[in-house]
Amino acid sequence: MSDAGLAPGAAALGEVAAGAARDAPNGRRRLGRTGREAAVGYLFVLPAMAIFAVFVFYPLLRTFWLGFFRVAPYPTIPSKFVGLSQYKSVLTSHDFWASLGRTVEFVILTVPIGILLGVGLATLADARIRGIRFFRTLYSSTVATSVAVASVIFFTLLNPTVGLFSYWLGIEGGNGILQSNTWALPAVATVTVWQNIGFTFILMSAALQAIPQDLLEAARIDGAGGRRRFWRVTLPLLSPTVFFAGVVGIIASFQAFGQIDLLTQGGPDNHTMVLIYYLYTSFQNNDFGTASVLATALFFILLAVTLVQFRFIERRVFYG
Amino acid sequence: MGRHWGRTGRYALLLVAAVVVGFPIYITVVNSLLTPQQIAHRPPTLFPLHPQWGAFAQAFTDAHLGLYLRNSAVVTVSITVAELVTSVLAAYAFTFVQFPFRRVLFFVCLATLMVPMEATLIPNRQTIGDFGWYNTFPALIVPFMASGVGVFLLRQAFLQLPHDLHDAATLDGYGHLRFLMRVVVPLNRPIIGAFGVYAFLTAWNQYLWPLIVTDSDSVRTVQIGLRQLQSLSIDQINVIFAGTLLAALPIFVLLLAFQKQLIRGLTAGAVKG
Repeated sequence: MSDAGLAPGAAALGEVAAGAARDAPNGRRRLGRTGREAAVGYLFVLPAMAIFAVFVFYPLLRTFWLGFFRVAPYPTIPSKFVGLSQYKSVLTSHDFWASLGRTVEFVILTVPIGILLGVGLATLADARIRGIRFFRTLYSSTVATSVAVASVIFFTLLNPTVGLFSYWLGIEGGNGILQSNTWALPAVATVTVWQNIGFTFILMSAALQAIPQDLLEAARIDGAGGRRRFWRVTLPLLSPTVFFAGVVGIIASFQAFGQIDLLTQGGPDNHTMVLIYYLYTSFQNNDFGTASVLATALFFILLAVTLVQFRFIERRVFYG
Repeated sequence: MGRHWGRTGRYALLLVAAVVVGFPIYITVVNSLLTPQQIAHRPPTLFPLHPQWGAFAQAFTDAHLGLYLRNSAVVTVSITVAELVTSVLAAYAFTFVQFPFRRVLFFVCLATLMVPMEATLIPNRQTIGDFGWYNTFPALIVPFMASGVGVFLLRQAFLQLPHDLHDAATLDGYGHLRFLMRVVVPLNRPIIGAFGVYAFLTAWNQYLWPLIVTDSDSVRTVQIGLRQLQSLSIDQINVIFAGTLLAALPIFVLLLAFQKQLIRGLTAGAVKG
């Protein structure tokens, strides 16, 4: 993580200076050499740039553009240019705000609990005792389960007729938890938290191990007990990683698609219809106009979250 | 005495947490070894005394798991190799080659980190159609052959190399390609490995995009295969569990074999989120 934490701007500045110093003594041969040098440079960046141009930047602009067209109900009739009116109608619609509300609810149900469990598990497993490797491997193990694997396991265990969890919850033979208006979203959130626990555990463990031992030792010599050391030394030093996990978690929750598709398909009665699933549903119904407006909204929301993260990374480099 | 209790308490908590975290996978293993009747039986069986292995064979015959796994392997390996090649080349150019607009182009790479795949889904699906790639491997592979995360991570690593190294290599008559292959790549093997594992995991777990650009079993990946698997009927519930295990197995093996790289890749690669 420390590698990624460096601010690109600062690094680039240093490099410009180094580059200027290197270019100076080249003399007469310079023109031919710099020409060939530039050709090598462009050749090396070309493959990545071509992919980004075709599959990232062009489609992003086109998404904004498609939001200006209202798709006709029949595929044979061409879409109609309606300007900003579709943006306005979709972004003020009840469906949009309802799905955004569900998404925020989903973020609240997944991110804080996930981080709390991650910090708890990492602290618990941060001891040099026998058998600790077994526990560490086990806690990390859910990184090996994809969203789809986790969803299918829980879907089957929550099956209303033969699911083991349904039996233990005493609701076997009933409607099932995934069909409950109240419990469907918390159930999807639980699956998500479980699937992410391995990642959060790994992240928090790495951060814990990066804490200098002499700081904790100094606190111990000063008479601070285990609990006090945790609150006064460990937790403050862990806070950048907690913040990082929070931002990453929020972004991931906004993009959570697989678990909704496999567990509830947005149901029951739209109670798990989060923004990304609403986008997908509009897309499946060939309503590309609405889907594009929703994609634009999602882009700007995630952009805002990412910018907060970038600002934070910069701050950590300069003041941390 | 207090210390003794502290340790016992910690073990107790570790054990409880292990049961909670590990139970879903444990019960999946158990149920894959039971018959559907045994799974439905109450009180439930929590330990398979007479394991039945037939469900694993059925996952291959009835749920086409072999085909899905093969497709996933083709797609994931192609994406990983391509991302490594394009990222190493671009990161190298951004570090060691002088050319106009270098900084601008690097920031263009960085900007891709802010564009989630979901925001480009609709036009990309149309592009795949225009190219005639619907239901083909290129549709699953080509859009992911470059990675902003990869370019960024590798450039950060390459910047750590002393500049004298490049000057010395140039004096020795090394061209860029030779310097890249003989010096830069070998010296950065750990971070390249970490990014490789991260790229592999990300590609293997893709769900939304493969769902949108395929509808034929001949190219569908195992994550989408799980969707078909889930819809098997209750009297094949053991096959659902067995198939899910088989789908997760390659990554479990990867986790055990490349634990270090995985941890590094996950913690570093998480810049994208």
